[in-house]
Amino acid sequence: MQEHQHFKNYHIESRTFTGRVLLTSILILGLTAVLLYRYYSLQVINHEDYATQSDNNRILVQTISPQRGLIFDADGKLLADNRPSYILSLVPENIRNIDKTIELLRTLVTVNDSHVDDFYKSLKANRRPYQAIPLRFRLTEEEIAKIAVNEYRLDGVEVQAKLVRHYPAGALFAHSIGYVGKINDREWNNFDEEQIKRYQGVHTIGKIGLEKSYEDILFGEVGYRNVEVNARIRVLRTLEQQNPIQGKDLQLHIDSYLQQVAVDALGDRRGAVVAIDVETGGVLSIVSSPSYDPNLFVTGISHKNYNALRNSLDIPLFDRALQGRYPPASTVKPMMGLAGLSEKVISRSYKIFDPGYYQLENDNRLYRDWKRTGHGIVNVHKAIVQSSDTFFYDLAFRMGVDRIHNFGSQFGLGEKTGIDLPSERRGLWPSREWKKQTQRLPWFPGDTINLGIGQGYALATPLQLATMVTTIANRGKHLQPQVVKSVDGELLPPKIINQIETDDRYWDHIFKAMKDVMHASNGTARRAGSKSSYLMAGKTGTAQVVGIKQNEKYDSEALKERHRDHALFVGFAPLDNPKIAVSVIVENGESGSGTAAPIARKMFDAHLLHKKPTQQTTVKLASNILKYRSADSDSQSPLVELGPRSAD
Amino acid sequence: MLAYNRQDFIRRMPEASHDLRRRRSFWRVVHLDPILLLLLLALTTFGLVVLYSASEGNSSLIKRQVVFFTIAYIGMFTVAQIRLDYFSRWSVLFYLGALGLLVLVLFFGVGAKGAQRWLSLGSIRFQPSEMMKLAMPIAIAAYLSNKSLPPRFKHVFWSLVLVAMPTVLIVKQPDLGTSILVAISGLVVLFYAGLRWRYILSAVVLLVASIWPMWHYVLHDYQRRRILTLFDPEADKLGAGWNIIQSKTAIGSGGVDGKGWLDGTQSHLDFLPESHTDFIIAVLAEEFGFMGVLGLIVLYLLIISRGLFIAINAQDSFRRLLAGSITLTFFVYVFVNIGMVSGLLPVVGVPLPLVSLGGTSLVTLMLGFGLLMGISTEPPRITHNR
Repeated sequence: MQEHQHFKNYHIESRTFTGRVLLTSILILGLTAVLLYRYYSLQVINHEDYATQSDNNRILVQTISPQRGLIFDADGKLLADNRPSYILSLVPENIRNIDKTIELLRTLVTVNDSHVDDFYKSLKANRRPYQAIPLRFRLTEEEIAKIAVNEYRLDGVEVQAKLVRHYPAGALFAHSIGYVGKINDREWNNFDEEQIKRYQGVHTIGKIGLEKSYEDILFGEVGYRNVEVNARIRVLRTLEQQNPIQGKDLQLHIDSYLQQVAVDALGDRRGAVVAIDVETGGVLSIVSSPSYDPNLFVTGISHKNYNALRNSLDIPLFDRALQGRYPPASTVKPMMGLAGLSEKVISRSYKIFDPGYYQLENDNRLYRDWKRTGHGIVNVHKAIVQSSDTFFYDLAFRMGVDRIHNFGSQFGLGEKTGIDLPSERRGLWPSREWKKQTQRLPWFPGDTINLGIGQGYALATPLQLATMVTTIANRGKHLQPQVVKSVDGELLPPKIINQIETDDRYWDHIFKAMKDVMHASNGTARRAGSKSSYLMAGKTGTAQVVGIKQNEKYDSEALKERHRDHALFVGFAPLDNPKIAVSVIVENGESGSGTAAPIARKMFDAHLLHKKPTQQTTVKLASNILKYRSADSDSQSPLVELGPRSAD
Repeated sequence: MLAYNRQDFIRRMPEASHDLRRRRSFWRVVHLDPILLLLLLALTTFGLVVLYSASEGNSSLIKRQVVFFTIAYIGMFTVAQIRLDYFSRWSVLFYLGALGLLVLVLFFGVGAKGAQRWLSLGSIRFQPSEMMKLAMPIAIAAYLSNKSLPPRFKHVFWSLVLVAMPTVLIVKQPDLGTSILVAISGLVVLFYAGLRWRYILSAVVLLVASIWPMWHYVLHDYQRRRILTLFDPEADKLGAGWNIIQSKTAIGSGGVDGKGWLDGTQSHLDFLPESHTDFIIAVLAEEFGFMGVLGLIVLYLLIISRGLFIAINAQDSFRRLLAGSITLTFFVYVFVNIGMVSGLLPVVGVPLPLVSLGGTSLVTLMLGFGLLMGISTEPPRITHNR
């Protein structure tokens, strides 16, 4: 009310106002310039960075796993394939409470503690965000339906169809083909960048056998798919796709039929049988008994099953054919005889008297012959046919360890055979240097004498023995054994390791001796060789498991079953044009002639006499399977989703 | 009451020929400023285009926004018809009404995320703080225009009391962003009234001195976090920093000419939060690039220039102060929003004026422009303050 006392100066008020407006105008322009510069800086100067960031936001690279190559036997029979299997998996990022979700799942489908343990282990392991972690494999139709019905309360739970490796023949090829299994932490940690990318969507890798040694070929090459995702990582569309290159198929030299014959022949005995195609070095059959079902390992073996396998006294997980090291015993005698002839230590007519033992001068020790009464007058032929130990004690002593070592090495003794299977052991064909290095002891003459009959330090795997006898059958052409015949139809050529040069007449002589082992009336394996429509050659062996003390009588009855001698046999057939060479070891089989040789005879018969489908049908069969597969391998197939489906 | 009667003595000058011409003009009859109207129409149309994209072509949402625009334009038109004197005369009532509603909000307000900002009357919900955005400048402009200017200390003091009361009430909701904007709309009036520099300087000193106690005693945790996030958004990538990282990515990836309308990946794939409300300029920047941003800012600048032009040419102090305050506050909205989305300012809930989705702020703003139109088209009178 008293405001009228102060006179308003309208002119000044207006001028002040205009001045202030001008001031604010400058402020406005200044601040606008700041804004514009800010946007200029974001949109023009740093555009590239933000464009990249924006793409990184929305573009996810998914790997598309190739389909693993199939494995066929020599006749085109499928030995390893990929079958769709329904997997229950969880995407942890989409689950609020993982424990509760698992509890809920347990009320719907069978989920046991080991499944849950494995799940949490995978959860902790190396993984990409939003990648599904499997909880249960091999869901039944009923279980899939139950999950589908309850989908609304199972956020982050998904059922995926995935191809899972399957081995139709089960235990028959457990050691040779091996199996694929879940990649473990140690394997993940040892992977390089490339491998991590490769295995992201697969979870499995070849663990043993061909699956391991041919991993790269069977695997193929991963493809990639750039997908656009939203902020919740839901895949909206595929931007770019590079298809995977499918794994290559393997065809083996192995003949399922022969393999089955070997397994049947071994029965429930522990042992190994290796059969090699003499012409190519191809492995026709490789058996280690007992075996196990490799399918157990593919999706992760249960603790119970694994412990049962691991704790079994028969050690089924152990591959006797490649890793079992046995004294080769008398099976080395043909090779030793050949060595003596070709080193001119003996001649074909060289004879000694065998009193049943051998003794060095100035030494009390008796080196006993297996036949206490001795074999009388023996030459090299008779020594092989009747397996005279005394003759070979004498021969070994006269030849000396160095020449024995060198000659034997040419047959692959003491060396890895180079077979295309992993984890092969090298055996032992001793030398002076070896003993000095490992035992810090000089070589004694007694060592040489024991070596002459394949005892003492000598150790060989069944595969090495098979390689040795193949080399004999090939008259010195030492081939590298190979399991795989062809990769995607492309034949792998035979590999010659070396050629042993010696007089042909010596080979003939050894062949004849080995033939007489099988066919002569005094041959050690005459029973195994009887009534055959073809001629075969062989040599029995009996390896001591427990050393027999001097003057102690060998009494097999008293020994526990597992202390009995190992029965061995090597041989090939037919004599004139050898096709198949075989080595057999039966653990605690006691007698090479009684136990091992009949198994080899069955192998010979099966390979040489059994009528198989002709080569033509074989090819047709294989191509049919291939056609079936290529129809299935289409990534658009509704049945099988390849690669990770990490997001939805 | 003497002050109001002063107008009774204003003599009109019908004989002035240019005034006659202007009086006859169509725009003067409908009380609309054609330039301002054109600019507003351009801006709101552009806004709808961007909103269409930001809402993924959600037509019901667009329809709702069009309804809001219609209401807002009708409101603007209506306000423009009312003689300014009425606003000045009833300013106290407006102010007290808005203040009363703000008090009610404290007791009966509804809202989300721990803030009570809304009053609910049946199906209608509104924010009394929005009403204060207009009531405040009207009240202070009316109060000061009666006094001899520049304002003396006593008047400055009472003006500050008028500013402080609603501001505190809004802070209590809590809604720091709006409270600052409301306070600014009042303080701007004081500034335009010619507030002496010594007051301004001491206010600045006081403000700086109060930063520390403000930080520790007034700001809520989430507000402090927002400010910290401004300086280092990467520190909390998926939490507080997410919004700002994603909006900067959206803006930066737009480049000079943008990814194209409806082709923004950041917004359409849901990486950008609040894409149709507070962060809508990020959508524009992503899809129309720097050129789009430049266009928008130029449009805003033109509107602001027109507002200031109207203010300078207004007939008396009340109209001048009111027009100036409305215009400058409008700029503050623009600056705060565009600044916060690009990471220059902390994230406070300020929508992009006339573009962001939302009814209340739209209507308030358009009512403000209605006042500007009224001021611009009032018949000229002989006054002392020409």
